[in-house]
Order: sequence, then C-alpha cells, then structure tokens
Amino acid sequence: MTTETPQAGHPSGRTGTSYDAIVVGGGHNGLTNAAYLAKSGLRVLVLEQRHLVGGAAITEELRPGFNFTTFSYALSLLRPEIVHELNLVEHGFMPLMMPGDFHPTGDGDYLLFGDDDDQNVEMIRRHSKHDADAYGRYNYDLDRVIQTVRPLFDSPPPDIFGTDPEDQADVAWMLKHLGSVDRKTIHDTVRMLTGSAADLLDDYFEYEPLKGYLASSASIGNRIGPMAGGSGLVLLYHKMGEHDGHLGSWSFHKGGNGGFTQVLARAAQSFGAEIELNAHVDHVLTRDGRAVGVVLADGTELTAPVVVSALDARRTFLELVDPRELPDDLVDNVRRTRYRGTSAKVNFALDGMPVFPGLEGAAPFGGFLNIGPTLEYLERAYDAAKYGWYSDKPFIDGALQSVIDPDMAPPGKHVLSCFVQHAPYQLKGGDWETEREPFADKAQAVLEEHFPGFGKLVLQREVVLPVDIEAKTGLSEGNIFAGEFLAPQMYFFRPAPGWSQYATPIEGYYQCGSGTHPGGCVIGSPGRFASQRILRDRRA
Amino acid sequence: MIRTTPFHARLTELNDQQLYTHWSGYLSALRFSHAPKHEYFAVRNAVGIFDSSPLFKYRITGPDAMDFLSGIVVRDLGALRPGRAAYTFWCDDRGFVMEDGVVFRHSDNELVMTAARPMLSWLESHRYGARVELEDVSDDYALLAVQGLRSRDALAGLVPEVTELPYFGLAESKLANVPVTVSRTGYTGDLGFELTVPSADALTVLDAVLEAGRPHGMRPFGEEALMTLRIEAGLPLTGVEWHDSRTAWTDHDRVTPKELGQGWMLKGVRDGSRRFIGSEAIRRELVDGTSRWATTGIVVDWAAWDRLHRDAGELPTKDEQALGWEQWLRDEDDEQVGYVTSFCYSPVLQRHIGLARVRPDLATPGTTLHMETTMHHSTHMVAVSTAALPLFNPARKTAKS
Repeated sequence: MTTETPQAGHPSGRTGTSYDAIVVGGGHNGLTNAAYLAKSGLRVLVLEQRHLVGGAAITEELRPGFNFTTFSYALSLLRPEIVHELNLVEHGFMPLMMPGDFHPTGDGDYLLFGDDDDQNVEMIRRHSKHDADAYGRYNYDLDRVIQTVRPLFDSPPPDIFGTDPEDQADVAWMLKHLGSVDRKTIHDTVRMLTGSAADLLDDYFEYEPLKGYLASSASIGNRIGPMAGGSGLVLLYHKMGEHDGHLGSWSFHKGGNGGFTQVLARAAQSFGAEIELNAHVDHVLTRDGRAVGVVLADGTELTAPVVVSALDARRTFLELVDPRELPDDLVDNVRRTRYRGTSAKVNFALDGMPVFPGLEGAAPFGGFLNIGPTLEYLERAYDAAKYGWYSDKPFIDGALQSVIDPDMAPPGKHVLSCFVQHAPYQLKGGDWETEREPFADKAQAVLEEHFPGFGKLVLQREVVLPVDIEAKTGLSEGNIFAGEFLAPQMYFFRPAPGWSQYATPIEGYYQCGSGTHPGGCVIGSPGRFASQRILRDRRA
Repeated sequence: MIRTTPFHARLTELNDQQLYTHWSGYLSALRFSHAPKHEYFAVRNAVGIFDSSPLFKYRITGPDAMDFLSGIVVRDLGALRPGRAAYTFWCDDRGFVMEDGVVFRHSDNELVMTAARPMLSWLESHRYGARVELEDVSDDYALLAVQGLRSRDALAGLVPEVTELPYFGLAESKLANVPVTVSRTGYTGDLGFELTVPSADALTVLDAVLEAGRPHGMRPFGEEALMTLRIEAGLPLTGVEWHDSRTAWTDHDRVTPKELGQGWMLKGVRDGSRRFIGSEAIRRELVDGTSRWATTGIVVDWAAWDRLHRDAGELPTKDEQALGWEQWLRDEDDEQVGYVTSFCYSPVLQRHIGLARVRPDLATPGTTLHMETTMHHSTHMVAVSTAALPLFNPARKTAKS
C-alpha cells in the first residue's frame, strides 16, 4: 500500500486562487475541518507542506511491502460522530480491534490482557489474588470518571471569562453537569486530573508489574513520570480510548493511521474540498485586523475570508501571523505553553515474530507489546529526561501491527511500531546527530532483553526523534499532543485562557489543531468544533 | 451422544476457550479466542476458516438427477452447468420454505446438495419413478469454509483453481494429495471458498490449509463471529429468519420465499413455466399479491441510539454479538408494521443493523420506522431506516480476480 497517491478521481491540486476558506495543514484535524466546511457548501482549500496528507497520522512504505506508521500508531479516541457525519465508512474507514496487551513483568513472567474481563482477572490472580477484584473496582471507578468528563470532552469548552448570555449559559451547563455527579466520582476526577498515576494505582493494587502495565500510558507524549502529579491526566486520556464503544479497547485502522487520513482526505474531496500538497504557507495575510488569505513560500497569494490554522498554538500565533497584532497576554501564554517533546518512535521491519521465552510457538501476543515492567522502571526511564538525557532503559509501547492487518508487511514478516520514552527534544551536553543510533540501540537492547533473538529479526530500523517529528510534521519541539497534557493547558485554558473556542483575536482567523480542546491524539474534535464555530460566525 | 467433526481434533487444539454449542449432533465452536470479534475481523480483513462439516450432504446421481432436483427446489437449475453451484430453498406444497442449501453440479448426472436438516426421506418420497440414486453422504465428507479478503491468496498455492474460479463455481482438485472439491461458496458475504474433503483425510487438508494461511493471518472462527458476518451479508438463517414449514405449529412461523426476500429465485413461476413443489401456491401468491411481509435490511439512526443511551446515563452499546430475540418495528402511528429477526452492531459499517420483515408497502429502501428496544427495563423507540440487502457487499465477493 502506498499512501502517497491520492485516490483516483480526486486528484490533488488547486483550481483557483480564491476560496471561502483555506485550511493551513493537512493533518487529521485540518482534513476533518475542511471536510465539514466543504460539506456545508464552502469552497475549501487545504494546504499541506508535505508530499502527503496526514500530518502525524501517516503510513509510509519505507521498504517494499513494509508499511511504517511513522508517528502515531493506533486509533481509539476518534469521535464516532465524525465517522457518521462525514460518511467515512463509504470511503474505507475500517478500525480493527487490537488483540490485546502483552506486558512482560521483568522476572520472566508476563501479563496478557484481552477483551474478556474474566480472563483478565484470572491473569491477575495468577500473580496477586488481592489485585483480582481491585482491578474491577479500578476499572469501574475510572469508567465513572470518564463518564463525568466525556460530555466536557465532547463539547467546546465554555468561555468562563465571557460575559455574554451565551457564555454564561455554557458555564451554567458545565456546572449543572458537574453538580449531577456523585461526590466520590468528582473527587476521583480531580485526583486523576491533578494527581499522579502512581498514587492512584497504589490505592488499588499491590502487584508492581500490574501497576507498571496500567501506568504505561500515564507518561506517553508528556515529559512526565508516573510518580509525578499530573500523570493521572495523561492516563485518563489513554483510558478514554475505545473500540466500538468498549472503553480501554484500542483500534488499529486498516493501513495504519495513514490509511485513516487517506479516508479523511477522500471524504473531504468528495464534499468538494481541494487539497494542495507541497504547499508551504509562509504567513497569513491580514488587512484591517482580519484575515484575508495566505501567502505561500513561493510568493503565491491565495485569498479567503476564512483562514484556519491546523498547526499548534506556537505556529498559529507566533509564526503564521505577526504576534504584534495580538494581545500581549495571549502571546505570553502561547510563549510559555510547554511542549518539551520526549517521545521517540523506533519502528522495525522484522523477519518474523519476536519470541518470548516460554511461549515459543504460542505467540499469544500480537497487539500491543508493553515494556515497562514496574512503576519504578517507568519513573527511572523518565528521570534521565529531567536532566536532559535519554533513558538508559527506555520504556517501550510497541504495536505489532502486521498481526492485526496482514497488509502492513509481506506474508510471514512483521512491522513493530514503538513509542520509546524518554528522548528529550534537547539534549544537555550532547547532540542528537551523535546520539540518534546509540539511543535506538538502547531501545533495541530492551527488546532483546525481553525477546531474545530480537536483533536477528530486524531487517530495518527507523528512528524518529522529537527533532524529526518537529522537522517533518511541524509539531513544536516534537510534542505529539501539540502542547503537553497539563491541567493549565487543558479545556478552557487550551491553547490559552480566553481563546479556547477556536477563534483568534484576528477576525476570520481560526484554529483547529490538537493545540485546542480536547487536544492531541487522533480525536478529530478540534477540527469538528472549529468548523461549527466558523459556520456559526458566518451565519451571524 | 454428541459427535465431533473430522476437523475437530486439530481445531480443538487451536481453541483456547473450549466453548461449544451443538449443531446437528456435533460439537460446534462458539469462539476460539477471548473475543469473537478478532475472528470476525480475520474474515473481513485477512482470512478465517470455519468448520461446516455438520451440514447434511446428499448425493443425487443418475440420468434424471437434474430433472428430479429441478422439480424439488425453488431455484431454476436450468442454467446450472457442471462445475457450478447454486444456493436454493425448498418448499412444501403450500409454498412455505422448509430449508435451504447449496446444490453442487459435479457432472451431467451427479449432484451434491447440502442441507441444514435431514431430508433423505423427503427426497425419496418425491422420486416418482425418476432414474436417480439418492445417498446420504453426510458422514463421508467434511466441509471447511475458507473465507475472507485473503482467502484466495492463502489457498492459491494449494489449490491453483481458486485463482480462476468464478462466484459459485466449483472444481475437482487435489490438496496435499487428497481429492477435494473446491467451490467459491460460503456464508460470510465475502470472497471465500469451501473445501469438500473426504472425512478420513480431513486433518491432512486442514493442516496444509493452516500452514498456507499462517502468513496471511488465518484464524479459525466460530458461530458467534459467523452470526455477525452473515447478518452483514443479508443471509437468512434457518430457525432464526424462518422455521421449517414441516415442523412449524402455525403460519406465523412460516414464510414464503418471496416474503423471505428471495423473490429473485422465482423466475418462471408467475407465468407457470417452471414447476416445483409449492410453485403453484407461490404463483398464486405472486399473482394475487398476498405476500404478508417483505424482507429488508434495517440500519439504526446512530444519533438516536447514542442519545437514548447517554440520556439514560449509559454508554452507547455497540455489540457485534447478535441479539437472541426479535424486536418490533412500528410506524409513525405506533402501529406494529414488522419485526426484526436478526440484530447486531456491524463493525465494518459502524452502525447497528438488522434483518427485518415489514409490511410490503414499507420495504422501499430509506423508509423511516421505529424499533422497540429496552432501556432501564422499559420500552423505548429508536429510529431506523430500511435498506437494501446485503448491507455489506464488497466487490471482491463476486469479482473475477
């Protein structure tokens, strides 16, 4: 599969120089936004700087027959509304269910979680009878928290600083919703949003590797360890993922997330949106305080009364427009937004299935491979990042995608797409040019330790550091969420207080990237909410 | 005593659940792994195998074989050349459906027919001097369905005939030196094949298929996954969509081919040019327009489904496991105008779907109806639209190659 060829019948390219709306950035949110605007009858142009759409959600055939999900590697938070409203199924939308999570416990044993709760409980009982029922309580309590935050997640944030009746009504709705939740769940919610994953897990469990397994998603994408306050929030986001309504279950889109963004592009094009590739936007054109179009790097001017930035806040407010046109407090807030990318990807083309000692030939794993046996392991992997260096023993969250989707690799071969943490954007006392391969060697050594003979299976290795993520996708400092998941950077503070409703101080200039609520991961809501805001403003 | 199929010894090794149901006196796996959804996806996205051996199989040979069977089954077998197969129903003399099966024409005078229930005495009782031999060969052959996106790729190295086989074509071949019949048939609505194998050599064939399928993500699937697949494919199931007319107590449980959505099989019935058991009753039904029901697909309004659950404080369920009961369909005036016979969430369509029977005037695709469902122990309605069957119909199912 190649994701570089646009679908026949929908050639990419631009037919004019004047549009109703121009979307800067062809990542999944830019495409989602464009699709909605086009569906509402607007003439829309998406400008993508690279030779393919998808942003951080792409699939690339780096070796004949081997497809790499270069950056994001799974799908779970995409909102079902988007699937339906944009008719994505007609365009090939196909989320496959991840088979399960395989978690070596570091002592030669393992935890294997799948779709059957009873079997998961039995897997835990093998190690700790105490944790068997705690697991059910933990899941239930977290699901309650998710039910509490989901309506907030699934609607644009209220403007708590707004004074008009509509804003006040939004705030009243939010308070009424929170007021309807029982006090235990509210308390659990606050503990999750502000506390550490470790504290939360310690309340339920005694078996360290189980805590390690559950905490693995508490640091993904953030420069944070599971013992630090705030890691609960990261954990919550990943726990909110679902496959067909099953919370905590993850999907893998056919053909990877590049397969998914191709589906989105086809949907957008079917509504009439145009997509121009290799089009680097230099800046947004403004006149008398309102956006009137964009200027490409080659000097081409394109006009539109609506310009939507799908880029992160730093680029949206400090690069695409002149920050001197913006209020100081907004610029200050954008400047101090934390990015600090620390997630690297190390992706492998493999000659066969990795083997776990004792499970030779059985290979019960085949979805996520999670290497971060205990909380302490995860925390120590983070420690190095605090001091500007990469982990000696990194934590790895890998997905053996070819087991789920045989089209990802030639028959009998496999691709393993790994998040590896921590690899800080900036090294202290060294540079990534020198450290790139040594870092990847550390990651591979960890895999070798748990799957002896792993190295002999490696046909090709792709190392994607935060600096590469930034260079290729434009995500500042390579932060995969377009701004870290920290309480002061969420909800009505995302991307900045007073500017969380997808508009900007420049009339006609909007934001629809993951830097806005509800944030990073392949959710699509920023693109959708922004389109609702744009259409509402047009009607006003 | 419960029996096991010729494939059982190997398939049971691959089954880490050991959950079985009974099918015609045989153990039949409900699922092989912790989530039947993976087995479902194996078919839609890779390749799955299903043990259909419990089907009854009858060999019909002799110079009158074609004429004999043409007078029994609903389908027009006139165009069934050697090397082709046909899906059909058969009816009682009142034109009510008894059972369904597939007729394989191996040669001019040799047919094999599968059936969900025993039917030898019924065939014999309608022989009327025809020069045919009727033989129950059910125990002689095992039946392995190899279904899904990669089924052709997985089998191509073992049975090269699959690369050329047209939809509902069949060929005699050898697989691992075992004589097999390979047919492009199945019950999943996908690209797929079935292997009819001498029972004694079943494991040899199965092992070769498993080996060839491994690099293609092959996995066995059970009845639970099959149910989701066949609902998406719009394929009716005996005992669910209809009841064998011979054993139904009242006409409420009986259904005619037309009512079952199989009107396409009835060529030559209205003008009386084709005769088979029940054809006269069906002719009258067609001429007088007395069909009580029409069969249709239904697709649930996703927003209504989500709203119903969220307003009730529940997470919207999206369960691909088929419901085990019927649900009523009502019109705008709250009058019952039909019922849903099979219902599940379709992962590939991302919608709740069903097979339903509605008053014939309401079967036009796109008609809005309301389906009863329960929430918090009381009745609620969700909007559904009628839709043409099959609801999932990939081009690869019938494509040449």
